[in-house]
Amino acid sequence: MLEKALTGSRKYWLLVFSLLAIIGVGFGTYLYQLREGLTVTGMGRDVSWGLYIGQMTFLVGVAASAVMVVLPYYLHNYKAFGKVTILGEFLAVAAITMCALMILVDLGQPSRGINIILYPSPKSVMFWDLISFAGYFTLNIVIGWTVLGAEKKSVPPPKWVKPLIYISIPWAVSIHTVTAFLYSGLGGRSFWFTAILAPRFLASAFAAGPSLLILLMYLLRKHTSFNAGKDAFQTLAKIVTYAMILNVFFVFLELFTALYSGVHEHILHFEYLYFGLGENTAAVFSMWLSAALAVFSLILLINPKTRQKDGFLILACISVFISLWIEKGMALVVTGFVPNPLDQVVEYFPTVPEVLITLGVYGIGFFILTVLYKVVISVRDSHA
Amino acid sequence: MYDTSKVLAGIVIFLLLLTSPIWYNAATGQAAYTPELNLGTDTTHCVESADFMRANHMNMLDDWRMEVVRGSSRIYTSSDGKTFEKSLTNTCIGCHSKQTEFCQKCHDYAGVASPNCWNCHHKSLDVNVLANRQSEE
Amino acid sequence: MGINRRSFLKLAGLASLSGLSAAGVSKAVSQETASLTDKKIRWGMVFDMRKCREQNNCTACIDACHKTHNVPDIKSVKEEIKWIWKAKFENAFPTQTHEFISESVKNAPSAVLCNHCENPPCVQVCPTQATFKRDSDGIVMMDFHRCIGCRYCMAGCPYGARSFNWKDPKPFVKEINPKFPLRTKGVVEKCNLCAERIAKGKIPACVEACKGKAIIFGDLNDPESEIRKVLAENDTIRRKPHLHTLPNIYYIM
Repeated sequence: MLEKALTGSRKYWLLVFSLLAIIGVGFGTYLYQLREGLTVTGMGRDVSWGLYIGQMTFLVGVAASAVMVVLPYYLHNYKAFGKVTILGEFLAVAAITMCALMILVDLGQPSRGINIILYPSPKSVMFWDLISFAGYFTLNIVIGWTVLGAEKKSVPPPKWVKPLIYISIPWAVSIHTVTAFLYSGLGGRSFWFTAILAPRFLASAFAAGPSLLILLMYLLRKHTSFNAGKDAFQTLAKIVTYAMILNVFFVFLELFTALYSGVHEHILHFEYLYFGLGENTAAVFSMWLSAALAVFSLILLINPKTRQKDGFLILACISVFISLWIEKGMALVVTGFVPNPLDQVVEYFPTVPEVLITLGVYGIGFFILTVLYKVVISVRDSHA
Repeated sequence: MYDTSKVLAGIVIFLLLLTSPIWYNAATGQAAYTPELNLGTDTTHCVESADFMRANHMNMLDDWRMEVVRGSSRIYTSSDGKTFEKSLTNTCIGCHSKQTEFCQKCHDYAGVASPNCWNCHHKSLDVNVLANRQSEE
Repeated sequence: MGINRRSFLKLAGLASLSGLSAAGVSKAVSQETASLTDKKIRWGMVFDMRKCREQNNCTACIDACHKTHNVPDIKSVKEEIKWIWKAKFENAFPTQTHEFISESVKNAPSAVLCNHCENPPCVQVCPTQATFKRDSDGIVMMDFHRCIGCRYCMAGCPYGARSFNWKDPKPFVKEINPKFPLRTKGVVEKCNLCAERIAKGKIPACVEACKGKAIIFGDLNDPESEIRKVLAENDTIRRKPHLHTLPNIYYIM
């Protein structure tokens, strides 16, 4: 079936080659980083995780969101999602690949990465993270490819796919819970040391992921023959709405705990985010922008009249995605380190090489997505 | 067979490329030498015999590394009862004082990728040599 | 032919999967697990800051430590590497400071370093066990050969004790000590309680170099040791005790 990705329209090849160019630039920059060390990034002794790990955290959420189309269709027979489960599964494959690559580019000694497998450390959450990522990737590529292959041959998928699909549903929840556990088990980092971190992660995942899926579905509808159908769009939009409401609610819960108790350790992080600490105000604009976008998106999403209009829905989804990208892709990881364990503030700004490498990884993810979606569309086209 | 001449020509070129290390070395005479090692020391006896070390120094260094860093056993008793400190820099380089003329020479000849010991471990115990090397690298 | 391509691929995949997992499980089983209760020695230190404060602008412990271990001198706040350093009381003990603290404590620095905790979060989170707590004497060690540079330990440490080599440290080492290796870029490092000196029966470099004799080093498991006497006779505090990391570095303020 992969041969279907080798033929396509001019638009398709333009997209493929643009992505390859971005990947090339990112790869070249990575070679530079390999030679010089991670000094080329903006990370430092105090903020020792930055854009790379932030993106990994955000993308795990996108990967997990495939469950939002798989669960209604396979567990509850929601027919409207029949055409789009494959899109969700392949998005998960692309997103998890990006997560793994983000971790790889962040390692100081990537050639030793195999040590995680050679010396398994079950006490470390990172060990379980690796297992859950590998499992989720395998599940989704096997399920997606098999079901698509069966569709191509106009036969029902083989029986053994069903239990895999059922497993993939709690597994999706697990990948993001485990990623949250990376942070929420660290007593020394008071910003992360909260039980609500995993629920927050899941809520923002189920808002950001489906909103990206909606945007992808619009792109497919505009540029290809693939039309997911009004019901699929609207149900996904409702899922985004409720998930976003939950996410904003969880943020208020966190603010209450910190502000009402007045506990210095907890307040400092939120003060840094929304007002800055002294002269250190790098995060302030982004955080208020994220908040504004969240409110704006909720206004558009909650009101059915705007949610049901394509233009407004697209605007809302873009707002949701950017708002949560700021909150999870940057603010979450960096603020864990600000202030540092000695109550000092050292700020973090990504550097140009860091951004280029990140874009290169995104390029790889979108390249995989393009290829896989092309196969889906070609298979569906050949049946039309 | 179609394009017989082209296929045969391709096979011949491929075989030439495949065997190039052999005939290139034979032609330029580069492989026809044994590396001249400067032991760097006058002592006649290493931790173990030369034959043993030639075959096993890599495993021994790996074992030493695990035992010193992770195990806290720092003394090595050789097969003839002598004791040595398990240390690449202090014991090995302590005698084989010229790493480039001993370790490097053999590894270059054998084409064995030198493991990246020297990223961290010093190639010499002489501080002046180290200082000069610093400006070189 | 007896077997078709699809069945062969399934069999090969299953075989390699079980082979890999068997290797992994046997490795995990044979791994030495650090046990906290049957250690023979438990190294600890007491920093008597009263004696330290009498010295003015003294950095003897820092200089000795960094020289002995080839710690590079990188002058940027972002990339500096420090195994032991001085911090103000409000930074070293942020949960224990208050408005009316005595001037002497407030203005004089406290020496901060890795606490070699009994319950170290860094050891717990390391995905390769490159940092581990030694069974024989409780030192929280670094295996620079195994570290993959993921910096999870740096995130886990509540004391900011760890540094990372963002670039090759060699050009920044002022005076190389040939008896101790350097590090390469991409690995985490921290105080190793001078394990290589202790192995030869010496005391840590900082303890030896301290001008005011302010650092007491000894075995906390030995009730007759000097450090136990000092702890019994003085009021001591530890950093962030509420986190239950059980640090082995004590301070007399």
